[in-house]
Amino acid sequence: MSDVPQELRDEIPSFEKQAHEEQGPINWSALTSVQGARSLAEVAALLGLFVAVFFLVQGIVVWTNTPSYVFPKPTDVVKTFAQDFTSTEIHSLKVTSIEFLAGLAIGSTIGLVLAALLTLKPFVEKVIAPYVLIMVTTPMLALVPFLRLKMGFGLWPLIIAVALASGPMVMINSATGFRRTDLAKIALARSYGASTFQIFAKIRFPLALPMIIVGYMVGSIFGLLTAVGGEMVAASEQGGLGRDLVYYSSLARMPEFGATILIIAILGVLIYVIFYFIGKRWASWEA
Amino acid sequence: MSSNGSEIKLRVEHATKVYETRTAQVHALDDVSVEVNTGELVCILGPSGCGKTTLLWAMSGLHGLSDGRVLLDGTPVTGPRPLEIGMVFQDANLLPWRNLRQNLEFPFEVKRRKPDEARIASLLHETGLAGFEKSFPRELSGGMQQRASIVRALAQDPGVLLMDEPFGALDAFTRDEMNLLLLRLWSETDKTIVFVTHNISEAIFLADRVVVMTPRPGRVARIYDIELPRPRTIEMTFEPSFISLVQEIKVAVETGGRHTVEVE
Repeated sequence: MSDVPQELRDEIPSFEKQAHEEQGPINWSALTSVQGARSLAEVAALLGLFVAVFFLVQGIVVWTNTPSYVFPKPTDVVKTFAQDFTSTEIHSLKVTSIEFLAGLAIGSTIGLVLAALLTLKPFVEKVIAPYVLIMVTTPMLALVPFLRLKMGFGLWPLIIAVALASGPMVMINSATGFRRTDLAKIALARSYGASTFQIFAKIRFPLALPMIIVGYMVGSIFGLLTAVGGEMVAASEQGGLGRDLVYYSSLARMPEFGATILIIAILGVLIYVIFYFIGKRWASWEA
Repeated sequence: MSSNGSEIKLRVEHATKVYETRTAQVHALDDVSVEVNTGELVCILGPSGCGKTTLLWAMSGLHGLSDGRVLLDGTPVTGPRPLEIGMVFQDANLLPWRNLRQNLEFPFEVKRRKPDEARIASLLHETGLAGFEKSFPRELSGGMQQRASIVRALAQDPGVLLMDEPFGALDAFTRDEMNLLLLRLWSETDKTIVFVTHNISEAIFLADRVVVMTPRPGRVARIYDIELPRPRTIEMTFEPSFISLVQEIKVAVETGGRHTVEVE
């Protein structure tokens, strides 16, 4: 038995054709299919590596006597994060979250609806596609100063920038999903007397859902990027995590700077985890 | 057990179907006329591309015809009639994001009716699927998936079952098993079944009559009455008379019914 190849040990032989016949211009689906830790040993190894990296960095910084304005000690960052999580930081977190969530809600809704409608008309879709691609590839961050000039110093310029960054991402991925028209499944629904709307709700939408979730995940990450970046370029009167970054770095207050980055990183990971579990719950049939 | 009464359930009259594609006209059906009696099991046999699926979709109202018409119980079929016709598709065609139970409830859901729990439970029991209600299609074997799709088609108790190469993707052993199961289910009801296949011995094994079709355009080459006694067993397929019938029909398929050999 010891000659059995390890990698085939628990695999049921299967050479079935894959369902992923079309993946659109950008394939992000790897994002939702990251393998989680399965066993206690794997979890232990993950945590162990994290602790090792943390203390390795700490060791290097201490041993080389690096001043904290060049690179903060990881322990100082954590200390600042834990102790000085003051009303300023909570306020900044709130502002950035509002920009991000409002922008994502507006952008993704428009993107999703447009994707559902446009895929019904292949001609219109083809004509529109280059513009969507331009919107996907252009950093919407660049528009923030312009929007500031036009719209003043409120939250709206950043909300719009987030919407412009996340919407096309949701749209391009959702459109890929809606384009997977499975004739046999539509025929099945029709044979039971399904209406066009029922075919959308019960066949086309569930079929597209895995790609829609990927679109939301990528769109959210782009949205957060734009919110923080936009605040760094031209924050509103309300501030935000991005402005904190600029502020702390200009004063060389590196522990606070590191703590702010930690908050942003946690936000990003949180977004990922939320969509990962949404995908697990609603799109695991495709894995 | 077989054709009880000679009342015509389903009648196809001079069906002609031409698909207009961007590059060419595809002549799928040419003047096909078939009658299926109530309670009869008719197999439509032919090579790929002879319009078998087109004919079946026309019977079910999923397709219109370029010419001719389909009558069910004497009234023209102009669209899907889910309560009267159940369809079984190639490759089971279950919805992968629904578990078995939810797949079986799908037809009821579309019609906004309450699922017939008692009927579903007894069909699941009869097909050996009881206990798998929570399983997702990819967790079921090919045979189980196809059994589930038959349960789904029968769930609303339609009088007619249209089956489109349902067992084509299964291995030979599972296929035999499924054919026996189908005959058992059929013998217990008075369903009218039209079964499309490209497998000659499957067609003979199942059918009261085998309709042999020619490819491009699809025409009826010959219709064979199958006199094998029922209930049928797998052993019958090894008998010389069965094998010679297979040979005879094979020649008819290959020559489009123009030449037939009588094999003794």
